[in-house]
Amino acid sequence: MSENTSSGAAAPLLADEANVARYGLFHRLLRDPVAVISAVILAIVVLAAVFAPLLTNQDPVQNKLADSLAPPFTAAHPLGADSVGRDVLAQLLYGARTSLIGAVIVVVVCMGLGVPAGILAGYFRGWIDSTGSWISNALMSLPAIVVLLVVLARVGRSTPLALAVFGILIAPAAFQLIRGSVRAVREELYIDAARVSGLSNARIMGRHVLPVVIAPSIIQGSQFAAAGIGIEAGIAFLGLGTSDHASWGLMLNDASQNIFVAPSLIVWPTIAIVTTIMVFTLLGNSVRDALTGTTTNKKRRSMGARVLTGGSSTSAASREVAQQASPLGPTSRTTDALLVVEGLKITYAAQDRADKTVVHDVSLSLRKGEILGLVGESGSGKSQTAFAVLGLLPGAARMNATSLIFNGQELPKLSSEQWNNLRGRQIGYIPQEPMSNLDPSYRIGFQLTEPMRHHLQLSKTAARQEALRLLARVGISDPQRVFDSYPHEISGGMAQRVLIAGAVSCNPELLIADEPTTALDVTVQAEVLDLIRDLQSERHMAVLLVTHNFGVVADLCDQVAVMQAGRIVEAASALELFANPRHEYTRMLLDSTMENAPSRRQMALSQWQGSDTQTMNQDAIS
Amino acid sequence: MTETQALRDPIPLLEVDDLVVDYASKRWNRAPFRALRGISLTIGRGETLGLVGESGSGKSTLGRAVLGLAPVTAGDIRFNGQTISHLKARHRRALSQDMQVVFQDPYTSLNPAMTVNDILTEPLVVAGDTRRDAESRVKELLDFVHLPANSGQRLPREFSGGQRQRVAIARALCRSPKLVVCDEPVSALDLSTQARVLDLFIEIQERTGVSYLFVTHDLAVVRHIGHRVAVMRAGEILETGDAEKVTSSPEHPYTQQLLLAAPVPDPKRQALRRIQRQKISSAPATV
Amino acid sequence: MLLFILRRLFAGAVLLFVIGSVTFFLLNLSGQDPVRQILGQAASATVAEGKRHELGLDQPVLARYGEWISEVVTGNLGTSWFNNQPVTSLLAQTIPVTMSLVLGAILITSFLGAALGVLAAVRGGVVDRVLQILSTLFYAIPSFLVSLVLVLVLAVQLGVLPATGFVPFGNSPGGWLTSITLPVVSLALGATSSVALQVRGSMIDVLEQDYVRTLRARGLSTRSILYRHALRNASPPAVTTLSLIFIVLISGAVIVEKVFNIPGIGTQANLAAAQGDLPVVLGVVLVTVTMVVLVNLLLDLVQGWLNPKVRVA
Repeated sequence: MSENTSSGAAAPLLADEANVARYGLFHRLLRDPVAVISAVILAIVVLAAVFAPLLTNQDPVQNKLADSLAPPFTAAHPLGADSVGRDVLAQLLYGARTSLIGAVIVVVVCMGLGVPAGILAGYFRGWIDSTGSWISNALMSLPAIVVLLVVLARVGRSTPLALAVFGILIAPAAFQLIRGSVRAVREELYIDAARVSGLSNARIMGRHVLPVVIAPSIIQGSQFAAAGIGIEAGIAFLGLGTSDHASWGLMLNDASQNIFVAPSLIVWPTIAIVTTIMVFTLLGNSVRDALTGTTTNKKRRSMGARVLTGGSSTSAASREVAQQASPLGPTSRTTDALLVVEGLKITYAAQDRADKTVVHDVSLSLRKGEILGLVGESGSGKSQTAFAVLGLLPGAARMNATSLIFNGQELPKLSSEQWNNLRGRQIGYIPQEPMSNLDPSYRIGFQLTEPMRHHLQLSKTAARQEALRLLARVGISDPQRVFDSYPHEISGGMAQRVLIAGAVSCNPELLIADEPTTALDVTVQAEVLDLIRDLQSERHMAVLLVTHNFGVVADLCDQVAVMQAGRIVEAASALELFANPRHEYTRMLLDSTMENAPSRRQMALSQWQGSDTQTMNQDAIS
Repeated sequence: MTETQALRDPIPLLEVDDLVVDYASKRWNRAPFRALRGISLTIGRGETLGLVGESGSGKSTLGRAVLGLAPVTAGDIRFNGQTISHLKARHRRALSQDMQVVFQDPYTSLNPAMTVNDILTEPLVVAGDTRRDAESRVKELLDFVHLPANSGQRLPREFSGGQRQRVAIARALCRSPKLVVCDEPVSALDLSTQARVLDLFIEIQERTGVSYLFVTHDLAVVRHIGHRVAVMRAGEILETGDAEKVTSSPEHPYTQQLLLAAPVPDPKRQALRRIQRQKISSAPATV
Repeated sequence: MLLFILRRLFAGAVLLFVIGSVTFFLLNLSGQDPVRQILGQAASATVAEGKRHELGLDQPVLARYGEWISEVVTGNLGTSWFNNQPVTSLLAQTIPVTMSLVLGAILITSFLGAALGVLAAVRGGVVDRVLQILSTLFYAIPSFLVSLVLVLVLAVQLGVLPATGFVPFGNSPGGWLTSITLPVVSLALGATSSVALQVRGSMIDVLEQDYVRTLRARGLSTRSILYRHALRNASPPAVTTLSLIFIVLISGAVIVEKVFNIPGIGTQANLAAAQGDLPVVLGVVLVTVTMVVLVNLLLDLVQGWLNPKVRVA
């Protein structure tokens, strides 16, 4: 099971996708209809180019003014002839050769320069990288056409040369992409591990870096091929290339000059160019989709609508269930309960497999001013439960609950606007990772005052004063400086204090803290826990604390609920649970904490004394 | 067993002498960042030295410097009497026979595109073993770390975090090293998995006599696995000593702070500990 | 901030110097004999010599280079070998024309592309899919092809817009507008698709970030989260794309000018290149690179405003 992740949204899906296709790239492509069709069309174009002499006996470059603008559907000119009598079909077929060769030249030059340079720059960094990047930036600031014109001015017309120069000009694109991929891989721990294992640089590059580079190279290669086709046509169209070969661009040149007289001449070269370019582009896209995993794309496609409304609006069916089950206020369990959750179930739909249920039938209740710890390992569903109460489950989640009531309001029935009034105002949230939960583009002060002005209708000055007061309250020694800072200018511990300040700023009745100290150093953790305890007692807030650390539970919580695999296996007061754990899972977890584990000396002693207290484990399920 | 051994052994396995490590600043006009300010320690054969500290203490940098992954500005590192602080690449590669590593993150320390078999045979093949010898050694290793025999054909993503760490441990052990640098190897694992993997480390040490430089932020972990422990802060070692003693009755105030700051899973004891801690520290936070 | 601008300008000047010099040597060291290009093969040797002396081509390359540098630094780009007019005044006539095409295209691209990208990212579903397909299509197709098709449909068949010709703004604003519509649209189509795809991708990435969820947990309105927070954070990659697009648009403009017979810098450069009029060609290179440097500087400033982490650099 995956370890504690901060962005719980992705966790349930990813762990499952681990077993998606181990099929090779090729197989996956074969199953993609777009890829197959594109490949077939490309094959047709290639074959047409190769077998051109067999398919037509006309000369594509010879002027035959007698045949000028001949109409189509004749034996000599099945598709007609252009303004100087050149056969359209012949030009199409021989032009295909020029275009394909053009694409090959561009791809070979561009990738031949860009890929090795990118690998070296990305792997060795230092001066190689600086030089390569400077050259790459310089080349990229040159508009291609201008350079081609310079070439024309000196060397005269030459299509292969022009295409080679174009290849050099777009090599930076390949360079930057490959360099980026290599740099990313370089940072990976398995590269360090390989070095410690005794692999030489050459071997590391060959075995670990190169495979990573192949995929983006293929994708970019097809994009460059598409670009090459376009550029070859453009060069020919402009008259910068040699005119002794047929070319689709030349056809367009002639067509454009006769656009009023024979507009239909545009049709065939346009179709040819567009088709060939599209085919390369689509093949590249298919390879990219096949490699990055179809789930990402599908997730991206469906996420759109529900990204910002997801989780707060449940399906109609579950809304009905909610209405039937609890027609009036809270259930009978506790009448002064601030939060009542009953029969909570959260499911994620998986594309090719059965739905995955991450929370099964969870029930809990929280009174005003009470601190409930929701404890479990990763994958237990504890964070999901917390997000359900906040209405912040990802769009792909489906939530059902017999009842989900906060302060007398039934949460599943709330509209989007009612949810926005509830969140931040009556329910506060402290996230796990301090740095990634602050908007990097805005100052801390703005991020604190914005919600206060929204919920409490404060003026800008009043909000600012309140924010400064809060920053001081959470233990920041220079509130003004932090107020004016950006998130990247403060430390993790300070950022977490800022987030806590934000969470309590509108005086909520319930505070939901999702592993608030996991990402912090232990000394900072202790201070933050003190802070939460003080704020809680000061404002008499109820707290739902999600954690995997029993020490934190012992420090802070009144009540505890232990979760395993989406269910609550034991719930009791903190004192009761630690003194007398009843469920075997709870007992196992408590035993796993290092608190009571023997030290090496004790283990050695017990060995000498013959008693076997060592905890050698023969099973290796985890 | 190890302490008496250490007393008998004239040359410690690893010696670090007044080590200084600077990282060059990215800005051309800023002074370099001093990650380690004169570290000295030793590790004997079959011994585990725990290195405890919070983030920024330099504990990981020390591990990396020993492995040759961080630049040495001044001072000396000696392995088996031989200075290794500024080894040429070729010699450092030869050292891989004796010195290995297990990293913290089980998800990025294994190449996701290679099978477990490939991952484990790679160091052996590079060292000159034949394919066949390498593969039979892999079977041995998988058994050693209690992974099922058919794990070889599978990819890392098919395993859980704890299982991947076992693969990483197997990789570290494949050439029977004398020292393994463990950089927070259980910090990213679930509670129950942590205990099991730690016990695996201990089992391996008992069976093979390998030494560990065990980096962690958790005093309780180091108490369980360490013979001796060194406490670090801001690039310096503040306290060294017997693991059990330092983790139960430390002398340095910082270590005391660390100890009291870690909450214990017992409400009554934790309440007492909290009062103790709050008595000691009273300044408002500047962190 | 001032230091930032100065540093960028300096880097730009260095770039200009290097590119200019490389181009100078490329043009003057290789290839055909420029005198022959101008006079034709039939001219006699004496006439050729005379011409060579007149153009200063009988002097050693380095001397000419030195002279050229000293002229450029004072803003003198030399004289055309064909019509003896100063290069600067020749370019001054054509640059505004091309710029009106390019800037028009950039304006449309920025706003329309961003809007479409946000729409696709937020709505998802069919809208998103359609946009992705259309964008992929237009992104890959060369702009001159698009312009030909547009001319065919709108000018020839429907007669709605002019097929060729350029009306200066001074003569008639309305005429100017109609004469640049088709060219600008053909340029903008591909660029807009590129920006739309980019913005869509960035928005999706940003919306999946932790801080967006935390902002929702604070109860901020969807509108405020989308437009104040998400869009702001999604913009930097799009701005980077814009700087690349600007360069591509210049190339595109050159080709499109041919299709629509617009007297811009492209037409001028094309002619000069065919004639072998090296000072003009060199002048075009310097001017376009200068424009690129300035636009990049501007976009860098925008980038700094958007992304506080970049400001330090």
